[in-house]
This record gives sequence, structure tokens and C-alpha cells, in this order.
Amino acid sequence: MVTSPAKTDLPSKKDRAGRFVLEDVSVSYGNEKALEAVSFYIEPHKVTAMIGPSGCGKSTLLRCLNRMNDAIDNVKVGGKIMLNDKDIYQKAVDPVSLRMYVGQVFQRPNPFPLSIYDNVAFGPRTQGIRKKAELDQIVEDSLKKAAIFDEVKKSLKKHAFELSGGQQQRLCIARALATKPGVLLMDEPCSALDPISTGMIEETVQQLKESMTVVMVTHNMQQAARVSDTTVFLLRESMEEPAGLVEVAETSTLFTAPRDKRTENYITGRFG
Amino acid sequence: MSGSKRKEVITFSDYDSRGARRVEAIVRTFTMIVTIAMMTLVLFLLAYLFVRGVGSINWQFLSDIPRDRMTGGGIWPAIAGTLWLIALVSAFALPIGIATGIYLAEIAKPSRPVRVLRVAIANMAGVPSVVYGLFGFAAFSLALGFGKSLLAMGLTLACVTLPVVITATEEALKQIPNEQRQAAMALGCTRARTLGKVILPTALPGILTGAILGLSRAAGETAPILFTGVAFFAPVATDVMQPSMALPYHLYIMATQPTTPAPHIVWGTALVLTGMLSITNAAIATWRSAKRRKLQW
Repeated sequence: MVTSPAKTDLPSKKDRAGRFVLEDVSVSYGNEKALEAVSFYIEPHKVTAMIGPSGCGKSTLLRCLNRMNDAIDNVKVGGKIMLNDKDIYQKAVDPVSLRMYVGQVFQRPNPFPLSIYDNVAFGPRTQGIRKKAELDQIVEDSLKKAAIFDEVKKSLKKHAFELSGGQQQRLCIARALATKPGVLLMDEPCSALDPISTGMIEETVQQLKESMTVVMVTHNMQQAARVSDTTVFLLRESMEEPAGLVEVAETSTLFTAPRDKRTENYITGRFG
Repeated sequence: MSGSKRKEVITFSDYDSRGARRVEAIVRTFTMIVTIAMMTLVLFLLAYLFVRGVGSINWQFLSDIPRDRMTGGGIWPAIAGTLWLIALVSAFALPIGIATGIYLAEIAKPSRPVRVLRVAIANMAGVPSVVYGLFGFAAFSLALGFGKSLLAMGLTLACVTLPVVITATEEALKQIPNEQRQAAMALGCTRARTLGKVILPTALPGILTGAILGLSRAAGETAPILFTGVAFFAPVATDVMQPSMALPYHLYIMATQPTTPAPHIVWGTALVLTGMLSITNAAIATWRSAKRRKLQW
């Protein structure tokens, strides 16, 4: 299960934050093109938010970044997605190794039916780590980074399903962090949570970018404005054509001085 | 709602839900009555069985061979034969059935052959057990040359059990939300590891419940073993190539003996067979509900 160093594509031992370059990326489901001609950079140590109305392909695009689309039949990805200068869709890529480096947090909390400890230790165990002291350390560090350690430190043996929704989502973040990813993908991570849990997760995200790159899909523009450094606006203008990229800019610029009329309409709430 | 006049109700809109609520009350009462009736029937059956059979149960009955031209002694060879069959059916039907269920639920992509396979399995469940008996006799006893033996009986009963195990496995796996598979995949699990570490452990209670139900059915069947090796009288088998007695068949022959009736053996056998299966079923049900309490998706 543990992949050879040659395959793990790390930028460096110290700084693992990944960098994506998307070149003319398109995605189709069967004969239907969902997304077309998307090109932009995702910079290391930044939070990149992908916004846009429902059906604009933001989640689809996110799932390309760790090849989670592989599990869906009929999905075709065109163009190039370069991660740390390597095309992640070329034949020789080991998708399992890719996903250990590009972690993901999902829309709804999805802990395993295991204890809190075993949930966080799941990834490291998959990587072949067996020593208890080492696992203990990883579990503690990950729970701390996800800002949930203090709440659960006395009950690590407790079943994960006994936690509240917000705690479960932070547990899922801890679980994703335990594999020491260089990129964390978050697919509307707060859409099922209350405002307080949302605030805690947003704070966590701010801390995470010190050690990794974060890409977050959100339908909440205020959230994008609060947490991200760069914002990507995607839009599907009609049902007849695929969605595409409208604008990428520094978040403060995009929300105050959008270059594109469609971006302005969207962020001012005129459609979507 | 007593009397012929409608009771006054306070409404806030034109909608008056009394009719709908009456339907609800009728449905509730009807389903409750049917449930109680069913429970009573089952309890009565078990109680009757117990009352008639418990007098026969003693150490000699459980440990001795039949004596006095089948009117005395015990039923140990039949108990042992049924235990043999349960072991053999488990050995054949569980691995094959669970593997097929996993294939259908987790691995196979939807395609024509897979659809045909599903229909075939559904049909297998509908085949009368005596037909399995005939098939087993032709295939295992004659064609494969196992003759009248525990092996031929075990294989035939495994065929009876297979569709139940396959369907139970497939259904249990389908109960696991897709989010779980995605979570494991995103953590860098291969398909196999996802299955082994996340999906199967979670689905295990469901799979085993189905498997045990299938085994119980097999253990209680008479028709499939009729032609394939069940004996009127045989000593406890020491290997799988020997014929053997079995509880359901023993019950059948004892109950249809016109010349030397021995009702205490009939009822005792029935009680032992039912008891064995009920205890297993109850144990698995308890274990499953304990496991399940924690699984609220």
C-alpha cells in the first residue's frame, strides 16, 4: 500500500503544499459536455474558492483534482491538470498515491462507523503505519489542527456517530489531515452545518494554508469572501452549452471590482 | 367518534382532516390486530411444540441411537447428521454466496450478462426444493459420482441456500451509503481495501443474518436430501462420503410410520430441530441489533 518515493510527487520534504495548473480542462458525462475550456492556477499556501450557481460544474471540477471522478462511469476529462509539474491524468499516474497527497472533505460529514481514534488513524494505517506511539501522535496532531482535539481528547474511543454534525465534519477534516496531504479539497464543507460550526471550520481553513494548499467549493459567497485568497467563478449560461470559467482573481478584487459583467451580476445577487 | 353527529372541531382553513385521521386510525388498528394475530399463532405453535415435545427430551434422547425398531432410544445420529449438513452448507454456500454478492453489488458494472445473472438468482430462489433434490441427485450423486452421501446432500442444500446468501449480501452492501466508499477512496484506499476495511465490516451483520436464515432453511429441508443420501437409519457419519440421518427426514419418516407409531419421538425431534434453529436465529438477531444501534446513517 505504501507507495515508493518516486511515485509520490512531493515538492519537498519540508513544504508539501501543492500547486495545480489547469490547462483547457473539459469534463463530459457520456456525450454531454459539462465543463469546457477551464484554465487557471491554484497557488500553494493559498485558499482557492470555487463559486458559481448550482450546476456550474464546480464540484465536478474539484473531483478532477484528486481523480475521484474515476469511480463514476462515462466521465471523460480532457485538457491537462498539472500537479507539481506532473500531469495527473497521464497513464502512469497511481491514483491511490495521488489521493494520499490530495485529501478531500465532503459536503456531508461521512465518518466511518468506528471510534474517533480509528477514524483519524484510518489513513495512516492505510499508509502502513502500525506503531501505536506514532499513530497516537498523528491522531492528536490532526485533531488539534482540525480544532476538535479539546472536545474529544477524553473520549477518543467514543463512536464517531455520537458526535454532533459539526464535530463529525471537523473529525472528517482531521481524518483527511492525518495522511499529511499537500492539498486539501473541500466540497461545500459547511453546507450541512450551523453557523458556529461553520465559523470553526473557516478558522481551521485559515490555519491549514500554512502547511498546505486548500481548494474549496462553496455556494456561499460570503464564505468565499471570508476565507479565500483567490476566487474562481464558474458559470453555465444555458442548458445547451457546457459550463465554463468566467473569472479568476484575487478574492478582494473579484468581490469589489469584478472585471466581468456576469461576475458582477452574480455577486450582487442578480441571478444564480 | 361516538354518535351519529360529527363532533365540533376548530378549524383554521377549509381543510378538515377528520376523514384522513379516521383512515389513519383504521390502518393503525388493522395492522396492529394482524400483527398480534400472527404473534399469537407463532407463540401458540412454539408453545404447543414445547408442551408436546419437552417430555421426550432427556440425555438419552439427545445422545443415543434409535432403538427397539425406531420406537425408543435417541436421535443423536439425526442431530449429528444435521450438524454435518450445516457445516457442509456453510463451507460451500457462504464463500460462494458472499463472493457473488460482493461481485454483484461492488464490482460488476451494469451490463446485460449481470442483469441475466440477477434474474437467474431470483429464479433460483423460486425453484421448489424437491426440484433441487432431483437436480442434486442427477448432478452430484450420479454425474459427479458422490452417490448417496453427506457430500451430495451438502452440495444440494448449498444450491438451495445460495440465492438467499447472495441476495442478503447484495442488499446488505447496498445499504452502505456511497459516501463511505468515497471517504475511503479519498483517503487513498484501493477498491479492495475499501471493501475489506470499511464496507464489509459494516455490512457484516446484515450479511450474516441473511446467511444464517439461509442455513436455517437448508437445515430444515427434507426434499433436497431425499434422493441424495439421507438414511432411514445410519450410524453417525465419520466422513462426507457416507450417507447420514438428518432431523427433518427423521421427523418425516417417524410421523408417517403407520405400523409402529412413536409420537414422543416425532414431537421430540420436532422440538430439537426447531430449538436448534430458533436459538441460532435469536442469537444472530440479538447480535445484529446490538451492532445496528450504532449505525444510524
